[in-house]
Amino acid sequence: MSDTVADAAPADVDVVVVGAGPAGSCAATVLARAGHSVVLLERGPFAGSKNMYGGVVYPRILDQLHPQWWEHAPVQRWVVRRSTMLLTDTQALTVDFRTQSWAAPPYNGATAYRPDFDHWLAGLAEADGAQLVCATTAVGLLRDEAGRVVGVRTDRPDGDLRARVVIACDGVNSFLAKEAGLYTATDAANYTLGVKETLALPKEVIDERFGVRDREGVDIEILGGTGGVNGGGFVYTNLDTLGVGVVLKLPALAAQSARPEQIIAGLKEHPAIAPLVEGGEIKEYSAHLIPEAGRSMMPTLATDGMLVAGDAAAMCLAAGIWLEGVNFAMASGIAAGEAASEALRRGDVSTAGLAGYERRLHDSFVLRDHEKLRRAPALVLSDRVQHQYPQFVADVVERMFRVDNPAAKPGLNRIVREERKRSGLRWRDLLRDAIDGARTFG
Amino acid sequence: MSGDPIGRVRWSSAHSNIRSEWPEVSFEDRIGTTRFDVHERAHIVVDGAVCADCSTRECVVACPAKLFVPTADGGILFNYEQCFECGTCYLVCNREGAITWTYPEGGHGVVFRRT
Repeated sequence: MSDTVADAAPADVDVVVVGAGPAGSCAATVLARAGHSVVLLERGPFAGSKNMYGGVVYPRILDQLHPQWWEHAPVQRWVVRRSTMLLTDTQALTVDFRTQSWAAPPYNGATAYRPDFDHWLAGLAEADGAQLVCATTAVGLLRDEAGRVVGVRTDRPDGDLRARVVIACDGVNSFLAKEAGLYTATDAANYTLGVKETLALPKEVIDERFGVRDREGVDIEILGGTGGVNGGGFVYTNLDTLGVGVVLKLPALAAQSARPEQIIAGLKEHPAIAPLVEGGEIKEYSAHLIPEAGRSMMPTLATDGMLVAGDAAAMCLAAGIWLEGVNFAMASGIAAGEAASEALRRGDVSTAGLAGYERRLHDSFVLRDHEKLRRAPALVLSDRVQHQYPQFVADVVERMFRVDNPAAKPGLNRIVREERKRSGLRWRDLLRDAIDGARTFG
Repeated sequence: MSGDPIGRVRWSSAHSNIRSEWPEVSFEDRIGTTRFDVHERAHIVVDGAVCADCSTRECVVACPAKLFVPTADGGILFNYEQCFECGTCYLVCNREGAITWTYPEGGHGVVFRRT
């Protein structure tokens, strides 16, 4: 529902940023510091109130914006252990890495409640001079007669807000980016549904079960354990809660009969997971969509008078062993803020004038990582990786460690040959996936 | 927290004896842990006439808030109130015009916890 407004009307502000998540707050901070007038719109009652994730924040990108951020960021635990787990019905194979260097500044990853973290980040934007306006939904774009974006319509009375640049950080569903025609299509296969239980447990119990102390935390990423639905699972430690949940590919979820909360219940009952989560009482049940397909689903990033950042631009990185998003959102928000500032200074907010945004993303980890890992989402969610390899690998390992006396040890080559045959996997597919994996992650 | 046990995904028929010790919560208790500041306007509208002749009904299984409930007469009962505003329903729906999806009025809808 674009509304055409007269060209002559002056802009109310230099920039309106829609969405006070990590992308929007970083964009607003950059712009406010550069001396521009910025309104940061948030549809929730407070910044972060609509946001959840199953995850870890990697905040090093904040070094440039908020030095020593770790001294005041609302963090639950610093991740010192990363476990990647393969689950079958009765087996679990875990690669567990721990380093104490991630327990001290500048740290690596942290668990945090998103409503808490995002609220903090929006507060910093406000302190820098951005005008944060909560409880206000942007319901459409304002355009001039030439079709250029010149602001947003909100659900407030007299709620038109004219701006020289609109930065859409309105999340995974980004109706603003869709309205602007920046997405050519919306395919359910590009999205996963994340569902999570926040389970309350005493801190000492969590420390003991996960082998950590003080503010040390653990991040467990799981392949398998999703009741046959393509996706994955996770367990994260907060101070006195656990985040336990699953990520489910939408078409796969819709094509079977188990509901999301039943799939979580199944994960919690797995013999390798149950002892970790047992007794935890649900403190909150939550869900959110994830733009899973990475580079291949990204929209056009700029149009006349408008930029798109964060999940709205599908910046989330879901590449199997790397599951990141908040850092990509913050970095794209910073780049959008810088590019918009540059365009405003030059007096050219056309698509060409805003081209500095995409150039910055190409120069930063945002599009470098996404380009490099562009094949990863499809590979990780493919049927063989999801349904056949975990069983095959777990069976190989089980035989390696099984002592079959009086039989002598069979040797790894023979085990692989025999288990390959038993699994029904074809050498051709194994080879192809191995090459694909090497090209994707190498 | 109490309630009737719900259906669960089992690891396999051979291992269905692997059950945890604690009772699973009812869906009402589960969704009761999430805060919703409901607005009087329904932000999602479902056209029951379109749903009546849909046999696949992806929304029923996929909606994490269990807002789409099949009725005895072959229809779909929908309630917008306890909605995560996630977008799953309109993405999985294969029927043009069945679901009209917008965000709730500013300040309303789901409110996730800060602690």
